[in-house]
Amino acid sequence: MADIFDKYVMAEAWDEMFERAGVPRPQYQALFAALQPLGVRELRSRADQLARMFTDRGVTFDYAGVERPFPLDLIPRIIDAAEWDLVTRGVRQRIRALEAFLDDVYGGHQVFHDGVVPWRLLHSSPHYHREAHGWRPPNGVRVHVGGTDLIRDERGALHVLEDNVRTPSGVSYVLENRLAMTRTLPTLFSEQFVRPVEEYPARLLAALRAAAPAGVSDPTVVLLTPGVYNAAYFEHALLARLMGVELVEGRDLVCEGNRLYMVTTYGRRPVHVVYRRVDDDYLDPLHFRGDSVLGCPGLVNAARLGNVTIANGVGNGVADDKLVYTYVPDLIGYYLGESPLLPNVETYRLDDPDVRDDVLARAGELVLKPVDGAGGKGIVIGPVATDEQLAVVRRAVRDDPRGWIAQRPVLLSTSPTLIGEWPVPRHIDLRPFAVNDGEDVWLLPGGLTRVALPEGELVVNSSRGGGSKDTWVLGETPAAAIPAAVAPPAAQWSPSRTAAWEDEQ
Amino acid sequence: MTRPLLSRIAETLYWIGRYVERADDTARLLDVSVHRMLDEPETCRSIFAVLGLSPVASVSAPAVIRRLAYDLDEPASIAASIQSARDSARGVREVLASEVWECLNVTWHHLSALESQPPHAYLSFVRERAALFFGLADTSMSRDDCWRFIVLGRSLERVDMTTRLLAVHLDSDWRLLLQASGADESFTRTHGARDGEVLEFLLLDRLFPRSVVYSLLTAEKCLRALAPDTTRAGVADSAQAAIGRVRAGLEYADLNELRDRLPELLGILQEACAAAGEAIAKRFFQHREAMAWVGA
Repeated sequence: MADIFDKYVMAEAWDEMFERAGVPRPQYQALFAALQPLGVRELRSRADQLARMFTDRGVTFDYAGVERPFPLDLIPRIIDAAEWDLVTRGVRQRIRALEAFLDDVYGGHQVFHDGVVPWRLLHSSPHYHREAHGWRPPNGVRVHVGGTDLIRDERGALHVLEDNVRTPSGVSYVLENRLAMTRTLPTLFSEQFVRPVEEYPARLLAALRAAAPAGVSDPTVVLLTPGVYNAAYFEHALLARLMGVELVEGRDLVCEGNRLYMVTTYGRRPVHVVYRRVDDDYLDPLHFRGDSVLGCPGLVNAARLGNVTIANGVGNGVADDKLVYTYVPDLIGYYLGESPLLPNVETYRLDDPDVRDDVLARAGELVLKPVDGAGGKGIVIGPVATDEQLAVVRRAVRDDPRGWIAQRPVLLSTSPTLIGEWPVPRHIDLRPFAVNDGEDVWLLPGGLTRVALPEGELVVNSSRGGGSKDTWVLGETPAAAIPAAVAPPAAQWSPSRTAAWEDEQ
Repeated sequence: MTRPLLSRIAETLYWIGRYVERADDTARLLDVSVHRMLDEPETCRSIFAVLGLSPVASVSAPAVIRRLAYDLDEPASIAASIQSARDSARGVREVLASEVWECLNVTWHHLSALESQPPHAYLSFVRERAALFFGLADTSMSRDDCWRFIVLGRSLERVDMTTRLLAVHLDSDWRLLLQASGADESFTRTHGARDGEVLEFLLLDRLFPRSVVYSLLTAEKCLRALAPDTTRAGVADSAQAAIGRVRAGLEYADLNELRDRLPELLGILQEACAAAGEAIAKRFFQHREAMAWVGA
């Protein structure tokens, strides 16, 4: 029987696993050696086992109202220690710059006075909320959790594709993927030290507690979810369980006297920190959308008065606007006096008429993105778009140049992915998760590697038939554990049979 | 000190307990009735009566099974109960141990595939999964309020189902009654293979966990822990009072009159269960007042 990678043909893009046909990169050598001897059928049966475990555990996302499993690919993605060090420093730097920017946006506006970022960008941002002006959170943190999307280009260099500082999701799949992998293919982990991911919930809880209002020594933290029909509901439930905090819906909360309470079997109980997974627009009908029943009326006032902390901060959307993205390298220089460790993808701002005309003429060669689209929504990839799509997007850009950016199309790196019986190359990206507790920005070693399952697909989103891969960060082997004390053997007893026989004779 | 529980979650847990118990009891009832239904159309009608469904003129055994086991549009069916339990559990995953949630999720996923098999396979699967659910809850959950609401729901549902069963099968075959309550083997070991004392066993036995008195005692214990009484006289909690009164009435009933007073007793029991259910909802499951807010 042929070995599983024998038929693997590398695509045009940078391959994560192979340097050239049949020769794995150093960080993949142990994995390659462990997978190669497994037969096709063995691999398939392990993959089925993985899929079943996900269905049984209810690891799903909701798409268009239907619960779907989020497919996990059997072949992990591996990042060596040196590259992870770069990612850590690069993402940390970015988060710190965005925190400084947000503090400025809702504070002194110095960055605009100094002409680094134009004023019009602030006032035209749909996510800039006046409600948040002059409101400084208790420990100064607004980005308690950040997700920075990274991609690797044709030459193997990592670039930042976008920042997510509102309510980045996906970390639950990181935790579940690792659990499923260690159960299904335990032997893969024995060859090398893979840094564990289980620390995340404790880190997140610590950061949320650190953000509590002043004077609250033992804060009550809750996770606010829009409910079971939300796409990421699975994640909300998992995080609440792993952190040991209540998972609340808007209808469980009530504000009175600018303080927040939850309705319990023993009456109302005070709440101090809300890790919300509800968008700003739905958070509080008194300030934002009046028809929202997902939030709690009065929450924003209670938070402004410092009686409750909302994480992530209200109005953070101004910082992950894709037009602000184009200024992040400048912001890193302006606030931190450093040069960016992770470059942006080459991007064009369309508010300059000359650039706009040039971009519109070359629309067929570029990627056009709406500035506040999430999950690949509204993206037009020029080289594969139809004439009709291009005409529509040209019109859209002319109508609202502020609403769009253009980027060089990057052929994302590929990784061997099991489709049917054999591994084939598929495009992937990486979303590392950062937790900011006010003292330090901590990165979860690994992050979510999303994989586009259809051949040639460049948008790696779950709503476009995407899956994910377990992401391994290699590290130094930890010091050997202290051997456990040996307990005495368990008590034994077996029924005696002789007496009964004698009676019955 | 157990920590306060969100009202929404308490209510959901209570209903998970009820739904799983209902699926279990319905499966038992159908399982022992299947072979009888083939030659006694009367059995079909009485099963409908037990579940409080309007009787259908002519019914065949497969049609009964289809409606009461597989039919998701029939709220009293096993499939619908399992689905409700699973959907409820999905909404409170963070308070359930993951094994407990997985148990319901897997049951729900596998259920429809079993419809093509003989009814017994389906029904025994449901009973095994219900046992697994309560077993996992029993070994993995702290004895806090979460646990109490599940047990409370289960106990009240058990009383309800057993009373319904007795009400319909008043003069029927005692063996069927025992089997449908999962009590036949325990009864035989206690009283021998005789017909007498079946009523006492199902209603009053203090040691058999599916008897009415045992279930009432369990429910009372849960309520007392959920709402400790601080008054010196009387019982302030109306759910506890309703259950306690009917339990005491049963326990001190004259055994010789039991048979004659049965319809009356069953009526009182049903009323008490309904009253307790309402009182529990009022005390623990209060919701935030509906928002009176006109969007700007």
